Amino acid sequence: MAATEEPRVWPQMDVLQPTPSELWPSSDNPDLLEINIGPNHPSTHGVLRVVTTLDGEVVVGLKCEVGYVHTGIEKNIEQKTYWKAIPYVPRMDYLSFFSGETAFCMATEKALELEVPRRAEWIRVLFQELARVHSHLVFLGTGSVDLGGIALLFYCFRARDEVLDLFEMACGARMHPRYCQVGGVAEDLPKGFDRRCREVIAFMRDQFDQYDELIGANPIWLQRTKGIGILTPEFAIKMGMTGPNLRASGVPYDLRSANGGYGAYRELGYTPVVEQGGDVHARFRVRIEEMRASIDLIEQVLDGLPEGPTITDDRKVALPPRHELHTSMESLIHHFKLVTEGFEVPAGEVYAPIESARGEFGFHLIADGGAKPWRVRLRSPSLVLLQSFAKLCEGVYLADLIAILASIDPVLGDVDR
Amino acid sequence: MVDGVLATLIKSFVLVNILMVFFAFMTWVERKLIGRFQARFGPNRVGPYGLLQPIADLGKMLQKENMIPAGAKPKLYLMAPWIAMACALGAFGLMPFGNVATIPGTDYTFHLYIADTSVSLLVVAAIGSLGFYGLMIGGWASSSKYALLGGMRAIAQLVSYEVAFTLAVIGVIIQAGSLSFVTISNAQDNLWYVIPQILGFLVFFVAAVAESNRPPFDLTEADGEVVAGYHTEYGGMRYAMFAAAEFVNAITLSALGAVLFFGGPSGPYLPGPIWMLIKIGGFLFVLIWIRATLPRVRFDQLMKLGWKVLLPVATLNLLLTAAIVVYR
Repeated sequence: MAATEEPRVWPQMDVLQPTPSELWPSSDNPDLLEINIGPNHPSTHGVLRVVTTLDGEVVVGLKCEVGYVHTGIEKNIEQKTYWKAIPYVPRMDYLSFFSGETAFCMATEKALELEVPRRAEWIRVLFQELARVHSHLVFLGTGSVDLGGIALLFYCFRARDEVLDLFEMACGARMHPRYCQVGGVAEDLPKGFDRRCREVIAFMRDQFDQYDELIGANPIWLQRTKGIGILTPEFAIKMGMTGPNLRASGVPYDLRSANGGYGAYRELGYTPVVEQGGDVHARFRVRIEEMRASIDLIEQVLDGLPEGPTITDDRKVALPPRHELHTSMESLIHHFKLVTEGFEVPAGEVYAPIESARGEFGFHLIADGGAKPWRVRLRSPSLVLLQSFAKLCEGVYLADLIAILASIDPVLGDVDR
Repeated sequence: MVDGVLATLIKSFVLVNILMVFFAFMTWVERKLIGRFQARFGPNRVGPYGLLQPIADLGKMLQKENMIPAGAKPKLYLMAPWIAMACALGAFGLMPFGNVATIPGTDYTFHLYIADTSVSLLVVAAIGSLGFYGLMIGGWASSSKYALLGGMRAIAQLVSYEVAFTLAVIGVIIQAGSLSFVTISNAQDNLWYVIPQILGFLVFFVAAVAESNRPPFDLTEADGEVVAGYHTEYGGMRYAMFAAAEFVNAITLSALGAVLFFGGPSGPYLPGPIWMLIKIGGFLFVLIWIRATLPRVRFDQLMKLGWKVLLPVATLNLLLTAAIVVYR
């Protein structure tokens, strides 16, 4: 670990509690009703407990309890070689699973100072965008059910299945593919992927137009979502929110374009989707538009996919090609060493953030020179989103609380890790 | 006009059974239709086209344990589904399916309704409101906060919509000059009241959806918010009775709409009961369609709609109808 010469001095800031914030009922009104929304409730999307105090139907107190699905994934990763830690990562943010894999691989590559082939970077973008579409589709479907519109759930899940089919085609697994690999991706795209992917693109575009009509032109939907749970840009930035929720408040911050982007986004060029208003409606809209932008990016990737290898030829990091094992003693040794011991990462400290479907998803990795990371810390966007939840729910109706919770889209696996 | 006691008993028995079979069949239709609206198949495992699904569900419900939650008020808890069910069935007795029928081969004639009183409409409105006691008592007696919230919402919904609902149908009463369903449906032989009473019909329809607790006004059992509302703590047949009461309510209100605005059992070629069923089916189809598509309105928005939109429109409709009838 690289020692720093001087002790770091943190700038004086209005630092907020790094836990989900709370809202306490101000008066000692005896008619308040305290109800548990979750951990076992139809609309908490996972295992979140929201202890809510109601005055009639109005929310006056709120306390989030998290930690029900805490499984110590960060510590688990520290017990594994870099190689074997990759499958753990997508289990956190299980909706935008590929983003997690990519973030971990990128952090490891940064620590190794490893060059990733251009084709691999492009394929990573393709699947990151597919995972984003997957995540937003689930968000849209379940969010719509929370508002009482049951039809959209089934439309969204039908479209989601198409995305999962593409993952299955490329790597055999539908969710949690472990397709991303340190140094590139595990395999090249299969035959016929391009054609199938373009079919899905056309299908998606048609679907998004339908969703738009179903919710964008529906007066009941607009009544339920417009002006509800307004998140001001200042507050969102102060709370450290990132991702679609921040962009719905009109802040064009997206890691895919900020500071020049990362990976193949640097070449592709991406303009963040921004919506104004910061209410529930804007948060729904920004995600639909972002899915459209993702589909455009996927098409761009398919059109311009460069030729070349899909994984680095550094034999100390990536597995040798299968056929070499039969002819080359050296390759066999590399294969054996990689599978049994993993590779060693030079001592150092890196942070690699990517834009997942819910915001900045970054790995802070401290390597001590061994085959296992010394410390892994995840900057997960969902926990940060929940911190502002209580503030958003001040004085809203119970039904709005559900709508706001749906609209900020936390994934509890990502919150608790 | 009523038949003898024995004939009325037989007719009631037949009607309740037909109604329950119709209800069971309609649950199948609803699930099938919603399935189709949502790009899936709906029930298709039990029997041909899944037609026996309601029977299978009934069998499952009957096998459930009958439990009373700790802290509940047992008497009220057990009574609530019966109140809801009895009120839902009771209101249906006044619906006319035609005028007079003769048993083939004999000269015994009977009426195609169980009772026709001079205040039928008031009776239906009254029984319909009584049914909400089932919801309220069920919500309160089961000692659950979600159920309590659902029961509270039921009452708020009732008071917001009952007034507009009644005012909307008064227009029809003024035009027909009677509260009797038979007289009202006979008066529409030339022109269905849906045309002159279009405003009244629209208010009636929205209020009826709210009154039968169907989406988008199903706040009493909004699953995203209050889990299952007033029947959260009910299971097995007691839950089934609540569900049946709600659906029979929807059928009753559809029948009411058919009688008040679409000529009731009158129609060419086919016999009265068939026409009545077709019209009820039309209403139910629209209700199912709405359920498959629309999101739920919020509690306060529902009240606002009831008091600030429906009530003024219904009043306007009433005044216009009265003025036209008086000055014609």
